Amino acid sequence: MSFQEVVFYVLSAIVLYSGLRVVTAKNPVHAALFLVLAFFSAAGHWLLMQAEFLAIALVLVYVGAVMVLFLFVVMMLDINFEKLHEGFWRHLPLAGTVAVIMIVEMVMVLLSPSADLSSMNEIAPLAEGMSNVRELGLQIYTTYLLPFELAAVLLLLAIVAAIALTMRKRKDTKYIDPAVQVRVQRADRVRVLKMDAEPRANADTDNNESAA
Amino acid sequence: MEMKSLYLLIALAPLLGSALAGLFGWAIGRRAAHVATIAGVMVSAIGSAYTLNYLLNGGEPFNGNIYTWLTVNGIEYSVGFLVDNLTAMMMVVVTSVSLMVHIYTIGYMSEDPGYQRFFSYISLFTFSMLMLVMSNNFVQLFFGWEAVGLVSYLLIGFWFKKPTAIFANLKAFLVNRVGDFGFALGIGMVLYHFGGSLNYTDVFAAAPALKDATIELIPGSTWSLMTVTCILLFIGAMGKSAQFPLHVWLPDSMEGPTPISALIHAATMVTAGIFMVSRMSPLFELSDTALSVVLVAGSITALFMGFLGIVQNDIKRVVAYSTLSQLGYMTVALGVSAYNVAVFHLMTHAFFKALLFLAAGSVIIGMHHDQDMRNMGGLRKYMPITWITSLIGSLALIGTPFFAGFYSKDSIIEAVHASNLAGSGFAYFAVVAGVFITAFYSFRLYFLVFHGEERWMKVQHDDHHHDAHDDHDHHHGLGPNDKPHESPWVVTLPLVLLAIPSVFVGYIAIEPMLYGDFFKGIIYIDHEAHPAMATMAEHFHGAAAMTAHALQTLPFWLALAGVVTAWFFYMKAPQIPAAIKRMSGPIYTLLENKYYLDDIYFALFAKGSRLLGMGFWKVGDQALIDGLLVNGSAKLVGLFSRVTRKLQSGFIYSYATAMIIGVLGLMTLWLSGVIAR
Amino acid sequence: MLTLTHYLVLGAILFAISVLGILLNRKNVIVLLMAIELMLLAVNYNFIAFSKYLSDTGGQIFVFFILTVAAAESAIGLAIMVGLFRNLRTISVEDLGSLKG
Repeated sequence: MSFQEVVFYVLSAIVLYSGLRVVTAKNPVHAALFLVLAFFSAAGHWLLMQAEFLAIALVLVYVGAVMVLFLFVVMMLDINFEKLHEGFWRHLPLAGTVAVIMIVEMVMVLLSPSADLSSMNEIAPLAEGMSNVRELGLQIYTTYLLPFELAAVLLLLAIVAAIALTMRKRKDTKYIDPAVQVRVQRADRVRVLKMDAEPRANADTDNNESAA
Repeated sequence: MEMKSLYLLIALAPLLGSALAGLFGWAIGRRAAHVATIAGVMVSAIGSAYTLNYLLNGGEPFNGNIYTWLTVNGIEYSVGFLVDNLTAMMMVVVTSVSLMVHIYTIGYMSEDPGYQRFFSYISLFTFSMLMLVMSNNFVQLFFGWEAVGLVSYLLIGFWFKKPTAIFANLKAFLVNRVGDFGFALGIGMVLYHFGGSLNYTDVFAAAPALKDATIELIPGSTWSLMTVTCILLFIGAMGKSAQFPLHVWLPDSMEGPTPISALIHAATMVTAGIFMVSRMSPLFELSDTALSVVLVAGSITALFMGFLGIVQNDIKRVVAYSTLSQLGYMTVALGVSAYNVAVFHLMTHAFFKALLFLAAGSVIIGMHHDQDMRNMGGLRKYMPITWITSLIGSLALIGTPFFAGFYSKDSIIEAVHASNLAGSGFAYFAVVAGVFITAFYSFRLYFLVFHGEERWMKVQHDDHHHDAHDDHDHHHGLGPNDKPHESPWVVTLPLVLLAIPSVFVGYIAIEPMLYGDFFKGIIYIDHEAHPAMATMAEHFHGAAAMTAHALQTLPFWLALAGVVTAWFFYMKAPQIPAAIKRMSGPIYTLLENKYYLDDIYFALFAKGSRLLGMGFWKVGDQALIDGLLVNGSAKLVGLFSRVTRKLQSGFIYSYATAMIIGVLGLMTLWLSGVIAR
Repeated sequence: MLTLTHYLVLGAILFAISVLGILLNRKNVIVLLMAIELMLLAVNYNFIAFSKYLSDTGGQIFVFFILTVAAAESAIGLAIMVGLFRNLRTISVEDLGSLKG
């Protein structure tokens, strides 16, 4: 068994274990942390396949950004996680069956001779002077330029959407908009009336009339 | 300028004016609206005159496509122009009358709030009519045909707050629908049987070979293809040119403003049918049966609609019935294969009938929108120009020698006399009797309006018969102390300009149009089968000789008798008509009710279709469609969904589960194939 | 010797685990979101493995875009969840029954 294989199996064990823990953990914080671990190990796998750029991107984007976001949200919300975990194992028979069938089917496909994967047993070495990053960059900025730009727009959209979804105005604050204050006109506040002077009415008759 | 571009300009200039006045009328105001539309029509009129001159001086007729609209299954539908002498003459008539009416409208509609809209409509009409006459194929002809019908609808209902106008425009539209249905079927026959082309040239070229072709529309009975096609096409002409029995819409169309009665319902649009049949002369010549149908329909219209003109009291309706009668004359001419006579009468009639209508409009202005002739009289003193032009128009209409109507009308009578077609005997009686009737009602109108005592002084306006005018103006006729006044120059100028051709055009045009080369190669007459024109040509010795000869002919004396009778009845002894009215009770009632045709149509078609509709509604709609199909399927869906609703728990996780299990199922399905291989 | 099959099988198992997670979790939206992230990771495994073993960079570019979309998706998902929690004081999937008419 070569060194690479050893690394592969160790990493695989970690990925699968942490994956299982992600979906079964009682506490979402633990689940998130296990997900971090799974991503880290996956990055290791990708390095093993010489996909350095994506491996690093995975760590940076997921571990650095997305998972932190997850953790924030989990910790921000005041949730009774114990209660959420109740009856968790009730659906295990169904879920387990589905998962096992899936694995069996896919592995059967992969191992069947008609899939013919045996011809692709080796990673072709990169050309002289090329690196994974260079290779990707050449493609992204030429062939895939428009999708790349669109992806950027999509991210911007996601930012705007996330802000729009979570922003709120609190009703209980006593905040006053200075712009409104500045724009106030006299006519908004004071009304000048013109009326004839009236003689003072007799207090008694007033009372009588109102009584009547 | 290249002629093709000129023709495009002629057709499109009024459209441009119409769009300007119609779409931006609110912004540019009244003055700019009429300036724009009049400019457009004037460009067309000048261009048309130039075209006619060009063709008369040996210019080449134009026949070609401008633009291919679409090509379906190898059949090309294009916009194209065929400009020959016939077209050029129609273009001149249409644009010149339209121009006169445009100018006239400035005066007539000056107080109407829909001023810009009106100008937009009449310019749009001019465009549509030009497209109709300039077309070189059936599709564009049909486009123009429908477009003029649409504008006619819009204009009859121009005062859309007036219930009678709305009724009238709906009626016109529906009756025209009957005609257009036949017309569309006729075009379909042409497309299907005449070699798959809709171009006139191709169709006419294919026609002679199909003279004896038969078709089996109903299995078991064979009909002549040419007869069926021609009669279908003629049904279209019956609708548009108001021939019996599809004439009922034309008198009611007088609900519209007078300028359009002159332009559309007298001078131009209603002659579209005549024009179309003349254009199709190579087809109609091949079927004697179709020609007989045309002849009989025309003679019935010519005679019986004239009778109705006698009993009308509304000034515009009298002119409308005379239009119907004159259209009947034209149709009779078509029926006896005297197409060029029909077109000749079309032209002269366009001028003097537009003149008569515009004069009637001028009278109506003078009477402050009172249209009842019983309230008029003695207007000669107050409206001299209107009086003299009306007199000219009436003289032209009744066929006074030397006036335009004389040449065309007498030629028609001659042609009928010379014809040997089935039905020509009746037609001859109809057109000759029609002369007397025409003279009688024309001069009845003339004497009642312009001579005699000034009856408006005694009229009680409370029982005004036209209360429907309330919506658009505040006049209710003249008061006892008012005096009628002559109309402004924009109204009288067109009268004068139209009076000139009403006098002279017949004398000038008869020789080239009837016996010369004007229509050579355009109108096709089979002289052996239909010798009427040939016989007439033998007896023709010039327009002057014809005029001189007139004194010895029956129609002249009949016309004179009609005038004298009218004078005697309405000037000398007004008690006679009243006595006749009393004595001939049932006949008078019959005429008063327009032969009950409206009522018959109403009872038969309107009520019948309502009954049919009711049946469809109750059985078809409510029971079958609503009950069985709509509600039934809704109930079925409801039943089904009551079961399936159980699946829709509303919880996301059950949907997610279902989705995943579905994916698993699909995976199994697909992958089992891969694994098995 | 590491072959393509190694990575594909690993991806398949990882995918099945995340399916398991989705089926098991009937309450916690956060864990559901995490399971979806895990599922995408499994897919990415396949893409990268194929890309590398077939020497076609397209697969890796695709992973790049998947990462982008997944980041956007989780950001918006979490935002929705926060909004949900504010309004309903719960993130339990079982309480989210308003889809039922």
